[in-house]
Amino acid sequence: MSHADRELSFGGALNEALKEEMRRDPNVFLLGEDVGRLGGLFKVTAGLLQEFGSARVIDSPISEAAIAGAGIGAAMVGLRPVIEFQFMDFMTIAMDQIVNHAAKIRYMTGGQVSVPLVIRTPVCGGVSLGAQHSQSLEAWFAHIPGLKVVMPSSPADAKGLLKSAIRDDNPVLFLEHRLLYAQSGPVPVEDYVVPLGCADVKRAGDDMTVVATGRTVNLALAAAAKLAAEGIAIEVVEPRTLKPLDSAVIERSVRKTNRAVVVSDGSRTCGYGAELAATITESCFFDLDVPVKMVCGKDVPMPVAPSLQKLVMVSEEDVVNACRALMAM
Amino acid sequence: MPIAQSAVDVTGISAAMRVQWYRTMLLIRSFEEGVLGLNRAGLVAGTAHLYVGMEAIAAGVCAAMESADLLTSTHRGHGHAIARGLDPGRMMAEILGRSDGYCRGKGGSMHITDVSKGMLGSDGIVGGGIPIAVGAALGVRLKKQASVVFCFFGEGAGNQGSFHEALNFAGIHKLPVVFVCENNLWALSAAFTETTAGQSVAARAAAYGLPGERVDGNDVEAVFVAATSARERARLGQGPTLLECLSYRHHGHSIFTRDEIRPADEMDLWSRRDPIQLHRVRLLQSQHTASELDRIEADVRASIDAAMQFAKNSPTPEPGTAFEDVYA
Repeated sequence: MSHADRELSFGGALNEALKEEMRRDPNVFLLGEDVGRLGGLFKVTAGLLQEFGSARVIDSPISEAAIAGAGIGAAMVGLRPVIEFQFMDFMTIAMDQIVNHAAKIRYMTGGQVSVPLVIRTPVCGGVSLGAQHSQSLEAWFAHIPGLKVVMPSSPADAKGLLKSAIRDDNPVLFLEHRLLYAQSGPVPVEDYVVPLGCADVKRAGDDMTVVATGRTVNLALAAAAKLAAEGIAIEVVEPRTLKPLDSAVIERSVRKTNRAVVVSDGSRTCGYGAELAATITESCFFDLDVPVKMVCGKDVPMPVAPSLQKLVMVSEEDVVNACRALMAM
Repeated sequence: MPIAQSAVDVTGISAAMRVQWYRTMLLIRSFEEGVLGLNRAGLVAGTAHLYVGMEAIAAGVCAAMESADLLTSTHRGHGHAIARGLDPGRMMAEILGRSDGYCRGKGGSMHITDVSKGMLGSDGIVGGGIPIAVGAALGVRLKKQASVVFCFFGEGAGNQGSFHEALNFAGIHKLPVVFVCENNLWALSAAFTETTAGQSVAARAAAYGLPGERVDGNDVEAVFVAATSARERARLGQGPTLLECLSYRHHGHSIFTRDEIRPADEMDLWSRRDPIQLHRVRLLQSQHTASELDRIEADVRASIDAAMQFAKNSPTPEPGTAFEDVYA
C-alpha cells in the first residue's frame, strides 16, 4: 500500500469505504438507527442517504433484533447489508440473531447458504457515557465460531478492512473505537483493500513485543516512542482481525524479542488479552524469557466521572509501566 | 375458544388440488409416524417435534405459494418441508444425522433446509426466524423480485420480542411477507390461554396496522383460501398479513416428552377434528371414492417406507465434515 499525500479521519475513511462499496455493488445497503437523515450518531454514514436514497440507506426503528434479523435475511437472499448498532452495548438485545443465527446458519444448513453481513458498531468508553454505552465486548463475539471480528486502529486500515469485510461472504463484526473517529492519518487515494486475517507490525523492535488491539495500538506506539528514548526497542504488532487471528506474525515477533505484553480494551477476565496471552504462551513458551504480561481494562463497569473512567481504562502509562516491569525481570 | 370460520371462496379450487392436499397431509402424517418408528429403534439423532394433527396448515399454506416464494420454518418444521416438496428420504437422513441429509447431518430435525426450494431454514429458537423472514422480504424488495416470504411460527413466538420488532418493521415497510402463526394451544407445558394477554395472536396485527385473521387450522381449504388472499395482498404491495391458524398437536411437545399434562377431554375433542379425516369426509362427499383415497394412502406409505430405507442406508458423515461449512 502506497502512502498518499492526503489525510483522512478514521470516520471519514470509513465513510469513503462505504461510499465506494455502495457504488461498486448495488447489493450493498445500510440499515440502522439514525444512519440516514442524521448520517449516523458518529457521522460515519453522512451524505450516503443523499447519494444512494432511502431504499439503500434505511433508518430503522429502535429494534436491534429486527435490525440484525433483517440484515441476516437480506444477506441470505443475495444482498450485502451493512448494519449499524449505535453502541456495542445495544448488541446485547440482538444476541440471539447474531450468535444463534448469523454465526450458525451456514453450518446448520450444511453450507447451503452464507450470510454476507457486516455489523458495524462503536466500542468502549472514553467519553463518560457510563456503563451501558461503553463496553468493549469483542471477546464475546470472537468466541463464536462462524463470526469474524475486525478491530482497526488507523484510518487506512479502517477503510481497507471495511471494504474487505463488505466483500467477505461471512458475518463480520467491525468494531470502531469511538475515540478514533476524529483521529487522522494517511489514506491512499487509489482503490485498495486490507485482507481480513492479516496482522501488521506497526513498529519494529528487538527487545519486546507489544500486541495491541484497536485504540490501544496508539497507546502502544506512544509507549514505544517513549521507551525508545530509554533504549528499549519495542515491536508493536496489531492483529487488526481478532478472528481469525493471524498468530504467525505474533509468534514470529515473540520468537525474536523473547518478551511479550498484550494490551486490549475490555475487562480483563476472559477478555481478548487473555486469548492473546494464551496463544503466545502455548506456542512460544520456550522462547519467552519472562512471563507474558496482560494490560487490560479493569473488571468493573464503566464509571461516568472522568477521573474514575481514566482509572479503569487502559492508559499509555499502563503500557509503559508493563514494558518497564518486564524489562526489569 | 370460538373459531371464526373463514368465508371459503371455492372459486379456482379444483378437484385435483383437493386430492393433492390430501396426499400432502398423508405424506406428512406418514413421515412423522416413520420418525416415531425410527426413534423407537434408537436411530433418531437427538430430538424431533412432530407435526401430527397440524398437517392442514402446512398443506394449505404451501399450496398457496408460488415456486419463487420463500419460507422460514420452526423447530416443528417437518410438515412445512414436506408440503414445500422436499425429499422425504433426504429429510429422514438428516433426522438420523446421516451424510445424505439436507444439512449433511449437521442440522438435524430442527434445522432442515433446502434453499433451492426457497426454504431458508428451520429455527430452533422460538421466534428467531421472524426477523429473518422480514429481512428476506426486504431483500426481495431491494432486488425487485416478485417473491413472497411465508414465515411460520408457533403461538409461543407471539410472546417474544422478536415478534414485535419484526412485525413492526414489516408493517412500516409494507414488506411482502405472510406471517403464519400455528397456534396449537400449548407450549411444552404452558397453555396459550394462561400465557397470552388478550387471548389472541391475530388481534395483535391491528397494533401494526396489518390485517389479522384467525383461521381454522384443521381445515385445509380454509387455510389455503386465507393464505392465497394474504399472498395476493403481499404481491400487490399492500404489505404483510398475520394469519393465526388454530390447531392442535396429537403428540407430546417432542419425542423426548414423557409427561402429557394436557386435559384428556381437550385432546379427545381435537382428535375428533383430525384435519386429514375432515378433508377425507369432504372428498368422499364429492366425486371421490374410498378406494381412490385408499390407493393414495397406500402409495404414500410405500414412498415413506422407501424414504426410511434410504435414510437407514445413508452413511454416517465423514469426520472431516465437522470442520467444514463454518466459514464460506
